Amino acid sequence: MSVPPAYYVGLSAILFAIGVAGVLVRRNPLVIFMAIELMLNAANLAFVAFGRVHGAADGQIIVFFVMTVAAAEVAVGLAIIVAIFRARHRINVDDLALMRW
Amino acid sequence: MEWIVFLLVAATAVVTAVGLVVRPNPLHGALFLVGNLFCVAVLFLMLRAEFLALAQVIVYAGAIMVLFIFAIMLLIPGRAESGPDALARARRLAVPVAAALGLTVLLVAGRTAGPAAQAAPGGVETIGRLLFTDYLFPFEVTSLLLLAALVGALTLAKRRTSP
Repeated sequence: MSVPPAYYVGLSAILFAIGVAGVLVRRNPLVIFMAIELMLNAANLAFVAFGRVHGAADGQIIVFFVMTVAAAEVAVGLAIIVAIFRARHRINVDDLALMRW
Repeated sequence: MEWIVFLLVAATAVVTAVGLVVRPNPLHGALFLVGNLFCVAVLFLMLRAEFLALAQVIVYAGAIMVLFIFAIMLLIPGRAESGPDALARARRLAVPVAAALGLTVLLVAGRTAGPAAQAAPGGVETIGRLLFTDYLFPFEVTSLLLLAALVGALTLAKRRTSP
């Protein structure tokens, strides 16, 4: 008896919601970044599950691209956080109202 | 048998995800996230996506998480969330909002997924062929994106040498 793909999609929805809660609740930008990674990962799981439904490999290709974009995003994002920490010596996202109008 | 593995791995994935959100120390959160990525890699294997399971372990759990832990060690952890919380009242809404969003996605997406196709999508060979024929242009754009990210990260992290 194999598990139907709908269960994988449901699990990915749960993981995505937990990631959203992490982004909204936490104040440390590093943890917020990790919650974003969690959300990307949940989306990847849904892509692969839907690819399994259709018997096509296109979903897996898109997951490959998502992984690449996530790597680029993490590199730039962590560089920004390090630069902010170097300039202001604290990394609380609520303090960073620098560009607020 | 497959059900047992799925339920175990899914429960572990949810527990590690909650741990990432709940634990105050970002380093513990990073370790929880590594556990979660491994769980998702196992789920990829169960969905017959062997290449992605390997890429998940090598790229995510290997490279990206090392970058995260490096940044956490570089910036002093633990002190970031001290001090008064100016948005405490708004934050109380976060969990209900996230739960509503998750429930909506669960209802919509769970209904659209049908039974699995008879044929598995195919292994590395199919992915490689697709990547270098139908998806050749996005693949090349990806290389450009990685180059831009590399240059951007270097420019941001570089120490200013001017007086």
